[in-house]
Amino acid sequence: MPQSNSSQYAVRFEDIYKIYRMGTTEVRALDGVSANFSKGSFWAIMGPSGSGKSTMLNLLGCLDRPTSGKYFLDDQDVSTLNDDDLSDIRLKYLGFIFQSFNLIPQLTVEENIALPLYYLGWPNQQREARARELAALVGLEDRLRHRPAELSGGQQQRVAIARALSNDPVFLLADEPTGNLDTATSIEIIELLKKLNHEGKTIIMVTHEPDIARHATSQLFMRDGKIQKITHGLPDTPGATSA
Amino acid sequence: MFIHPVRFFRDIQLGIKNLMLHKLRSLLTMLGLVFGVGSVIAMLAVGEGASAEALNQIRKLGSRNIIVSAQKPSEEQSSANTRIRISIYGLLYDDVQRIAETIPTVNRIVPVKSIQNTGRMGKRTLDMRIVGTNSAWFDLVDRPVIAGRVISPRDEFDKSNVAVLTEHGTRRLMATESVVGESIRIGANYYEIIGVVRSEGATEGSMQTPDQQTDAYIPLSTAREHYGDLFSQMKSGTFIRELVELHQLIIEVDKEENVEATAEAVERMLEIFHKKKDYNVSVPLALLRQAEATKRTFNIVLGSIAGISLLVGGIGIMNIMLASVTERTREIGIRRAIGAKQRQIVAQFLIETVVLSFSGGLIGIGLGLLIPWIITQVVKMPTVVSLYSLTLSLGISVSVGIIFGIYPAMRAARLDPIEALRHE
Ligand SMILES: Nc1ncnc2c1ncn2[C@@H]1O[C@H](COP(=O)(O)OP(=O)(O)O)[C@@H](O)[C@H]1O
Ligand SMILES: [Mg+2]
Repeated sequence: MPQSNSSQYAVRFEDIYKIYRMGTTEVRALDGVSANFSKGSFWAIMGPSGSGKSTMLNLLGCLDRPTSGKYFLDDQDVSTLNDDDLSDIRLKYLGFIFQSFNLIPQLTVEENIALPLYYLGWPNQQREARARELAALVGLEDRLRHRPAELSGGQQQRVAIARALSNDPVFLLADEPTGNLDTATSIEIIELLKKLNHEGKTIIMVTHEPDIARHATSQLFMRDGKIQKITHGLPDTPGATSA
Repeated sequence: MFIHPVRFFRDIQLGIKNLMLHKLRSLLTMLGLVFGVGSVIAMLAVGEGASAEALNQIRKLGSRNIIVSAQKPSEEQSSANTRIRISIYGLLYDDVQRIAETIPTVNRIVPVKSIQNTGRMGKRTLDMRIVGTNSAWFDLVDRPVIAGRVISPRDEFDKSNVAVLTEHGTRRLMATESVVGESIRIGANYYEIIGVVRSEGATEGSMQTPDQQTDAYIPLSTAREHYGDLFSQMKSGTFIRELVELHQLIIEVDKEENVEATAEAVERMLEIFHKKKDYNVSVPLALLRQAEATKRTFNIVLGSIAGISLLVGGIGIMNIMLASVTERTREIGIRRAIGAKQRQIVAQFLIETVVLSFSGGLIGIGLGLLIPWIITQVVKMPTVVSLYSLTLSLGISVSVGIIFGIYPAMRAARLDPIEALRHE
């Protein structure tokens, strides 16, 4: 199990390959990727379609296993864990935010937020208290009894963020979190993520929008399954440095 | 931990919630199970009812008794030319002797001579059946003595003019209860009433009890003297005459397990001395066999219905759950991404299926209470719904839920989380 504060890195990728074989052809979705994501950082993963961003995020999120290479989460090698152990890692150390929010429609806001705690086996009262606290953090304390369908896109994404935070994860993974939102709402969401990052949460976000990526502290550019370049602040942003 | 108490109750709640989301669909899905469970309960209720009825009958008839009744042969035709016919049939005084002497398992024999006649007390009259018998009658046809005493061997020896009436008969003949000591006129003779017994006298069920509601019991010796063996009757312009010595024999066997063999021996014995089949041997214990046969028939019919309904119901449930898994692929992906283990997804869907089948079982119990009630009302067949059958039904419901729910649940759990999340 990962031990907190044992490493300056939340995540380390060592020569990760993810290869899909389709008959005779093989697709190298990730083609030898090594990267360190330090604690407290806010990453934007960018790149053209098919460059391997989602594959990378799925591996980071322990939803998938690499074909080869090592993946250290808080210094523990998780690249060879079985399905149950990976589920446990996701449950205890990770938080997911999706492009399409992915709330469960038949559950209330409160129940959606508390869903990870339900699998963690928290008793009812504590679950409810934590859900209320997180709803307040994302500004939805008056929507606890609502269903996702009764909320706007931005509000739904806030609920998703609250849910991702409920287990106090080592880092947050966001796949195009603003992809389904208008510009104004996108800014709201990205500001919320920035606030969480300032409070110390490590965030890794996939996006193809430079305007969104600019808000992250670091940017990672993918191409053909390889890391093309890493920047800290986009080139047109003041103070940006190239890696 | 497969079943976590917090999650277990939440999963049940969630299951109910999901089923309530599609009320009609859930209800239709349950139908097969509802009929299956209803049939199971009805089947057991009819079986139980038949057994209870048979046991009750046997209690009234005496479980160690064999009842031999005189039966007028249907082909019985005397000389065709005469306008006066005499039918000679029935049991003989000698039969009593022969059976008692040759069949060792026979304990006692009660001979019965019965004559229809009118009883009179004061101004009231009543069509009665005079039963000429002996003192053992009251042991073999065991009924509570309400007042006075029953016929004694002394009465038989003395050919006394004494009668024992039934409670029912006395109520019809006399307003007061104290009839003992009074006298009753039956036909041309007066009898002193020495006692009153209760009677079953009902003809319900498949075998008649030896006693009837309006019996008057007198010593057989007295009956022979007063009425003889020849009975005359006018029937559609023809004078019908019957020569019958005894109308019935009640034979008590030493042990219950000897009853059927003894009945066969009696039958064989009678065959030798009776040219025609002018008697009928019946064994109360056979009622139990008959009840078991009824039970079997019902079990085959309703068991098939139940089996088919449960199978169809189970397949229906499986079908709906597979559809539900497809519909909720995304939800499964979300739960898995959040950290739900495969077995927790299995538990969730399995619990939902069992909630569905259990609800079907509950509705089925409602139907299962209704069907026996209707059977009792319409066919007049006794039914008994036992607690055991209700528990069994719920057990079956839950089993059907588990058996037909496991595959959809496993399918849900085995979905690849990444694929599931991508599902539209
Ligand atoms: N399950 C899969 N089977 C086969 N090929 C896949 C699979 N998932 C992704 N790929 C391939 O891997 C490459 C990277 O995909 P992906 O990581 O989804 O790219 P991105 O998210 O950057 O658009 C693509 O060429 C894609 O077709
Ligand atoms: Mg992608």
